[in-house]
Amino acid sequence: MLEQALNGLQFGLMLFLLASGLTLVFGIMDMINLAHGALYMVGAFLAAWLVQLTQSFLSGVLLAVGLTAVVGMLLEATLLRTLYARDHLSQVLATFALILIINDSVRMIWGSDLALSAPQALSGPVQLLPGLLYPSYRLVIIAVGLAIALLLFVLVTRTRMGAWVRAGASNREMAMAMGINIKVLFTGVFGLGAALCAVAGAMLGPLLAVQVGMGENILILAFVVIVIGGIGSVWGAFVGAILVGFVDTMGRTLLPHLFREIFSPQFASAAGPAVASILVYVLMAVVLFVRPQGLFSGRS
Amino acid sequence: MSFPLVKSLAALTAAATLAIQPAWASDKVKIGFVSTLSGPSAALGVDIRDAFMLAVKLNGGKLGGLPADVSISDDQFKPDVGKQLFERYVKRDKVDFLTGVVFSNIMLAGLPEAVDNKTIYLSPNAAPSPIAGAQCTPYFFAVSWPNDAYHEAAGQYATNLKVKSAYLLAPNYQAGKDSLAGFKRFFKGNVSGEVYTKLGQLDYSAELAEIRAAKPEVVYTFLPGGMGINFIKQFMAAGLNKDIRLIQPGFGSDQDVIRAVGNDMLGIFDTAHWGLDLPNEANKKFVAEFEKEYKRLPTIYAAQGYDTALLIDAAVRAANGKIEDKEAMIKTLKTVKFNSVRGDFRFNTNQYPIQNYYLREIQKDAQGRLVNRIVGQPVLTNHGDAYVKDCPMK
Amino acid sequence: MNRETPPWLWTLLLALAIALPLVLHARGQDYYISMISRMMIYGIAACSLNLILGFGGLVSFGHAAFVGIGAYAVGIMITEGVTSGWLNFAVAMGVSALAAAVIGAISLRTRGVYFIMITLAFAQMIYYLVNSIKAYGGDEGLNIKSRSNFGMGLDLKNDLTFYFVVLLVLVLTLVIISRMMKSRFGRVILAIRDDDTRVDAIGFPAYTYKWVLFIIAGTLGGLAGALMVNHQNYVSPNLMHWTQSGTLMIMVILGGVGTLSGGLWGALVLLILEDLIAEYTVYWQFYIGWFLLAVVLLAPRGLSSLFNRPKKLETKANA
Repeated sequence: MLEQALNGLQFGLMLFLLASGLTLVFGIMDMINLAHGALYMVGAFLAAWLVQLTQSFLSGVLLAVGLTAVVGMLLEATLLRTLYARDHLSQVLATFALILIINDSVRMIWGSDLALSAPQALSGPVQLLPGLLYPSYRLVIIAVGLAIALLLFVLVTRTRMGAWVRAGASNREMAMAMGINIKVLFTGVFGLGAALCAVAGAMLGPLLAVQVGMGENILILAFVVIVIGGIGSVWGAFVGAILVGFVDTMGRTLLPHLFREIFSPQFASAAGPAVASILVYVLMAVVLFVRPQGLFSGRS
Repeated sequence: MSFPLVKSLAALTAAATLAIQPAWASDKVKIGFVSTLSGPSAALGVDIRDAFMLAVKLNGGKLGGLPADVSISDDQFKPDVGKQLFERYVKRDKVDFLTGVVFSNIMLAGLPEAVDNKTIYLSPNAAPSPIAGAQCTPYFFAVSWPNDAYHEAAGQYATNLKVKSAYLLAPNYQAGKDSLAGFKRFFKGNVSGEVYTKLGQLDYSAELAEIRAAKPEVVYTFLPGGMGINFIKQFMAAGLNKDIRLIQPGFGSDQDVIRAVGNDMLGIFDTAHWGLDLPNEANKKFVAEFEKEYKRLPTIYAAQGYDTALLIDAAVRAANGKIEDKEAMIKTLKTVKFNSVRGDFRFNTNQYPIQNYYLREIQKDAQGRLVNRIVGQPVLTNHGDAYVKDCPMK
Repeated sequence: MNRETPPWLWTLLLALAIALPLVLHARGQDYYISMISRMMIYGIAACSLNLILGFGGLVSFGHAAFVGIGAYAVGIMITEGVTSGWLNFAVAMGVSALAAAVIGAISLRTRGVYFIMITLAFAQMIYYLVNSIKAYGGDEGLNIKSRSNFGMGLDLKNDLTFYFVVLLVLVLTLVIISRMMKSRFGRVILAIRDDDTRVDAIGFPAYTYKWVLFIIAGTLGGLAGALMVNHQNYVSPNLMHWTQSGTLMIMVILGGVGTLSGGLWGALVLLILEDLIAEYTVYWQFYIGWFLLAVVLLAPRGLSSLFNRPKKLETKANA
């Protein structure tokens, strides 16, 4: 049971990395970025490639994060900037097109998948409690996730840049009027979002598979998280992500278990994950109904 | 509004005329090859393809004396894509033979297209139980094995070892169901858990936690391709291999998984219809040529792909190139003799193989590489399948 | 609807649409007839989306769900032995209408990005639900043994016959949409799209009008689904995945948001381009992506705007 809770936490933290970038972009620039998942994929591929090149997990991942941030900022400065003023529909079309382009570009460069393994040192279990062995790599993910969350909070709440970000999310026109260099701020925020995506992609790569299209599945969950948490709020993204991570993981494990008591194993295996996934969306629908702006609203 | 309509129409007509290629009568063998060539389980489709094309190449680009025109496509692990590809090969390109698919769900989605259009499908892998039994059709040949077979052999092996409790895991699709049904058919111990996961699932943390709680003696999983690689890695990472023994069907511990997981695989036992070290001439040539051409050792998938090409070669030769007569071709395929890399085998009345199944262990070979070595006597000899009695074909 | 297509052009198009398959059939190229049928079916689905997206101004990200519901309704019926075409299609449209009624009732209480998210959520819920019903295939999909039977000596398995059935449905759909948007109902809808508070104020309950429009769109989507499962003899939950909803939206935006046949042209152009490019390269998504990007940047109102007086770019300020 504790093991499952830890798994939920681990997944939730990675979701947070994705969701925080997404919520900032949506909150501040008012842009629906469907290509956010593609950046997550690019980060994972770069990590797999660079780890192979440098033969060091740490260097590979750090380099990948940096490179993805650069890619993100380039994208923003050239293309996405023109979309801020456009309506949501155009943004959907443009970023959807971007997914297609990025997916095939990755395929052209690296093929449709790339192997990424956790460092040898972390491939074994760690004894947390008597009788409870937990994979050390997953513990590292939790640690990294928490550390970055902390860093983000400090950045957003205690630094001047963070204040600009919050001002921009809260009321863009006012922020501009107060003299904040919006262009640089936007590019920076986008780069940060891309970097966070890359961390998630690189860390999850060894557990899931680094493959083209890996972004599409997790993107929707990230959107659900920011709707629950409140668009523009990093704290909301955190709470939302942990919530969704738990509901999803616990659902996927408890429900089939429960169902297996009552139904056949094949039915239980099909129904369990389905109901678990549905639960996440039901959660979002309920939040939207009760508090349409999300749990913690970033906007004023 | 007028211009875009006209433009679109022009595009439509242009496309229609450009893309239409009349189908010529064959002085060659046209083969449609659909397989999973991308994604985490691509290694399987790639092996089948590589081995098939190797056989064609070693034959001078011919099959049965006729030039071979092999058209290859990727089903992207999606049944609807596979089905569309089948439709295109069968209806537009009018191929003589269809082959290639790895996964049962994709094959089952596409098979009706082949059957409806009287095109023979030779399966180098997926051979699910419904098609062995009540839904058998003369247009389907399983060149590999019946889906249940490896698992029946594994179940027999576990029974031979007097295993008391086994925990079973497979993906929730036809082949997955076949696998655990097969294992249970021959396993006489207690099944302490039977879990079906999502096809394509890569994160097994939930299932591993349950396994830890159930404390079985043996864990038996059917997780081909990327699924198996992830499961075994996570199994080891969670420390479960200390107390629990992992038994595999050949799919779960072949070269592709060994390459990905590494030395942790040493000592695992599995069952299969073929092994690298089977001592017949065809096999020795196959393994040597495959390694020379592709710089890696072949898996069972490769062996099956190679055999499929050899079968087509033998059948077309026996029919003297007259491949348009489908009924005659089916009769020929059923009985023609060829030197399979697995040694002797024959087709049952339902066009599924009757053959031996061996026990293999992962050991180090002379060069220190991890390979599957056949150990002991065959676990099952001249073994057919449990569904042939439901098939009305003679 | 600001630009009228002259009736002579429609007649010409119809003549071409009737002639083309006959020519193809004479050449023995039935495969292409089937291909065009598929494109027309997507066109019907896209036109139905254009109703709520273009005319209603509601960005629904879950429209593929209705197509899927229609498809599964027919698929399940045929699997259970009910092959009467009239019954199949009626039930398909009925079930999708019901689903649209329920989903619309809840979703239309929100607006903006929340409307997008909640329609997406419902579509995903239905997707996961259908995925779990192993009795009808689950994520392996459902093969159906025969097509719907409409009697009257029509064999839907014949590619040519099926083509004309699809063409008939397409024409009917366009006529229905055209009539609807010219009626008083249509004008109220357009007024609501521009400013629904004002419409409420003059006595037309905006919510109800939007709800009815949503139901009609969902029903037509279900109709497209019924045709789709017949065409492919197969249906899988993938039909309802959010990326499919996205594709439908792309078709609408490509062809022209808020135009009568924009969905049809968008579907035709996108699908033809995909097939054409795929003949030459495996990386067709790459080129399609650039094409779509070009359309967004240069022809923001869809391809139709390229050939008319440049409209004011719709920005946040006047959206």
